Amino acid sequence: MAKAIDLTKEHVHKKVENIVFGVASPQLINKMATAKIVTPELYDKEGYPVDGGLMDIRLGVIDPGLRCKTCGSKLKECIGHFGYIELARPVVHISFIKVVLDLLRSTCKECGKVLIPKDRVNRYKTRLDKAEIEGGLEGRRDEVKKIIRKLKTVNKCPYCKARQKKISIEKPTAFLENDKKISPIEVRTRLERIPDEDLFVFGLKPGYVRPEWMILTVMPIPPVTIRPSITLESGERSEDDLTHKLGDIVRINQRLFENINAGAPEIIIEDLWDLLQYHITTFFNNNVAQLPPARHRSGQPLKTITERIKSKGGRIRHNLAGKRTNFSSRTVISPDPMIKLNEVGVPKIVAMKLSVPEIVTEWNIEYLKEFVKRGPEEYPGANYIIRPDGKKKKITEETQEALLEEMEPGFIVERQLMDGDIAIFNRQPSLHRMSMMCHKVRVLKGKTFRLNPAVCHPYNADFDGDEMNLHIPQTEEARAEAEILMEVQTQLISPRYGLSVIGCIQDSISGNYLLTKRKSFSRKEAVSILHDAGISDFSRLPNKKKISGKEIFSVVLPEDFEFKGKSRAENEEGDKEVLIKKGKLIKGVMDRDNLGEGSGLLLRNIHKKYGENSAIKILGKIFKLGTTYLSKHGFTAALSDTDLPEVAKTKIRKILNDAESEVNNLISLYHQGKLEIFPGRTMKETLELKILELLNKARNESGNIVAEHLDKNTGSSIMSDSGSRGGPLNLAQMAAVVGQQALRGKRIGKGYFERTLSIFKKGDLSSRSRGFIKDGYKRGLEPHEFFFGAITGRDSLMDTALRTPKSGYLYRRLANAMQDLKVEYDKTVRDASGKIVQFKYGEDGIDVSKSEDGLLNIQRIIDNVK
Amino acid sequence: MAKKKNKSNVKNHVLIPKHEKLSEKEKKTMLEKYNVSLKELPKITKEDPAIESLNVKEGDIIKITRKSETAGKAVFYRGVISE
Repeated sequence: MAKAIDLTKEHVHKKVENIVFGVASPQLINKMATAKIVTPELYDKEGYPVDGGLMDIRLGVIDPGLRCKTCGSKLKECIGHFGYIELARPVVHISFIKVVLDLLRSTCKECGKVLIPKDRVNRYKTRLDKAEIEGGLEGRRDEVKKIIRKLKTVNKCPYCKARQKKISIEKPTAFLENDKKISPIEVRTRLERIPDEDLFVFGLKPGYVRPEWMILTVMPIPPVTIRPSITLESGERSEDDLTHKLGDIVRINQRLFENINAGAPEIIIEDLWDLLQYHITTFFNNNVAQLPPARHRSGQPLKTITERIKSKGGRIRHNLAGKRTNFSSRTVISPDPMIKLNEVGVPKIVAMKLSVPEIVTEWNIEYLKEFVKRGPEEYPGANYIIRPDGKKKKITEETQEALLEEMEPGFIVERQLMDGDIAIFNRQPSLHRMSMMCHKVRVLKGKTFRLNPAVCHPYNADFDGDEMNLHIPQTEEARAEAEILMEVQTQLISPRYGLSVIGCIQDSISGNYLLTKRKSFSRKEAVSILHDAGISDFSRLPNKKKISGKEIFSVVLPEDFEFKGKSRAENEEGDKEVLIKKGKLIKGVMDRDNLGEGSGLLLRNIHKKYGENSAIKILGKIFKLGTTYLSKHGFTAALSDTDLPEVAKTKIRKILNDAESEVNNLISLYHQGKLEIFPGRTMKETLELKILELLNKARNESGNIVAEHLDKNTGSSIMSDSGSRGGPLNLAQMAAVVGQQALRGKRIGKGYFERTLSIFKKGDLSSRSRGFIKDGYKRGLEPHEFFFGAITGRDSLMDTALRTPKSGYLYRRLANAMQDLKVEYDKTVRDASGKIVQFKYGEDGIDVSKSEDGLLNIQRIIDNVK
Repeated sequence: MAKKKNKSNVKNHVLIPKHEKLSEKEKKTMLEKYNVSLKELPKITKEDPAIESLNVKEGDIIKITRKSETAGKAVFYRGVISE
């Protein structure tokens, strides 16, 4: 450490080399002050700051034109200077209450020494030092706490043998000794008696802290620059909250002085003293538990020093940890399947506001002059020019000519955003690294950002009004970094489960499913499909008259691609195998299990074999192929999709009727008390469990019948089979039966006394009255069924609305707790101080982003080696 | 510590993984392997019921072999501390 400056006497503002935290002494407060504040008035009749008032111009300037009386500099140059007030009576500082209490309890009230016998003082010292070596400063602090806890119980001073009385605290600021109040003056004299040598016990360092400084006798007045007043439109001045509070303090302090000097009765002085204590306490912290917060006349609490710093909205989280950026933009997003996966559609009006700085060189000067000529109004133009001396000039009709004239290498032109520029695209909450990805700009008409629907998944975006942010990196380094580390293709494989986060969705899956299922196309059709999907190389299309859908699909696959996998839907041959040999899809259909996001092993393998750039290109082609084929094919989900043949209807009716009578059976058994009870359950619980099981079974069985009898060639069935949207359950709910509505895992039992609705009898436990919906959506629900559906619907809505902020906070806590954990080269996971958290990362040492769904496919590795 | 007779031994419970004490030699190689000091290891108190019967003292290292969802079996080490 550099030569220590005596901080008790000197107020320093210099270059920071090291920082020492201490408590300001009265001498220091006096020394750093430039003015003594004696009056609560702010301005005189002319509106000029009063000398010795809170806005004294010796404390710095906040008005343009005035000069600081202390340093002589103008507004913005003068950083402000402290003042001070002399307090008529000492006052406790709210932030030091706890320390003062500890000090009082652990030292002798007579001689001030710590209540540790002389011969043991050294032992405590070594104990603290040892704790520091083991547990750092934190450990020392814990040890201090332990010692203090023990000293509280000593009741006789080992030095002067004085009896120690019990000291307690009356919140927030009063100290009591045997239930009698001790004034801050007395507290202060006791603290003064504590010798420097004993301070180590409390973790205080002599020279930086003296206990008595924790009781204020003088108070620093912060410079006006940290509490500037605002001039309202009406010409009225509105003062800062701190100034208001300081005004209260000065006013009461003056009154206290006057009353003491006039020899006023003790009660009046006491009252004023307490009031002064209140004002000073709320000046530091307006959120003290037992104190009513000081308020504006409007009733809104004042924002004093602690509130300025603390919590969200405070200086740290709001101003220091939270930053705002230029060259960014935010609007609503909408889908555009025709742009590339790694592109983002930017509206022209946005592109004309955002800019990229380009340095003028010999070689691009003519090119850049064109931009300047077009100016800010004509796209693509330029908005600003920065001269080599750093002066920024706006391009306007008046300045344009002159700027063109003086433009030469070394100038920087802020050119408007163009196709191919690099941008970072982001959607909150940014829970992921995939929540911020780099896209290439594509300037489009319209007023929304456009993104390829396949990248919705990593952003968790949809188009029901979502907004997203766009940032334009301004330096060459930033652009390079964004492109190399953050571009969409680099984020393809999720580090969470090692599969592609981007895949085909919705139409694209349906389209590819239909395409790979269809047996024959004429050559003309095939070429047309491929062409419309943006593929112009037909050399890999077999030279035949009749071409199968699989052959069309194979065109987009790499020529030497080998793959063996499983599909979700059955293929023609009735199994689920997918086989790709030499880049030809030989067997199987393409559906969600191969192409979907977070599942597609096919995509994972393409990525592994051909790298991210090829993978994204191929994925883009597959996606487009699917959507173009689907739009050629035509696709409808009709009401008749869920038509069932009469046979199926009777079967389902029978299943449901059987289930209902079975339930009634159980209920009568229950009433007779003959039900066989499950271990650990009451009879009622057993009944409920059995009924739930029964009804679930009934619904599943009807679901199976629906699946058996539904026409496979309808839009709804195709979506369910290919996995592009909806499943067998949704089909069954539409066609046959919605099923049991459950509230917190139980059948609906709420509502009236012993019944759910007034149309039922009391104690009715039948499936009908407890929320089993026996109809399908197509046939329509009965009124009470509809109501049960509404109950669960509302409940789940409430649930999501309440759960989102909770899980957000949980995530925040986790992220903060784990943010500096890191996998070292020896595969151990350690925190910032090198402590081991896991001996092998994930217990198996596998880098998930290099695996398939967290596992290593050994067979494939062997196959590849062969 | 006197053992109570009727107290069931937690070591036999299915959910308690295997705890072993490392010998001085094993301890040395382990610390060298991970290049750590005792302080940087996770901790376990001397009084922990699972190591009651191992007769441990402060500064020993306990090897814990757990079932792992990802790896089948995973080894952890903990340094013994007193309260």
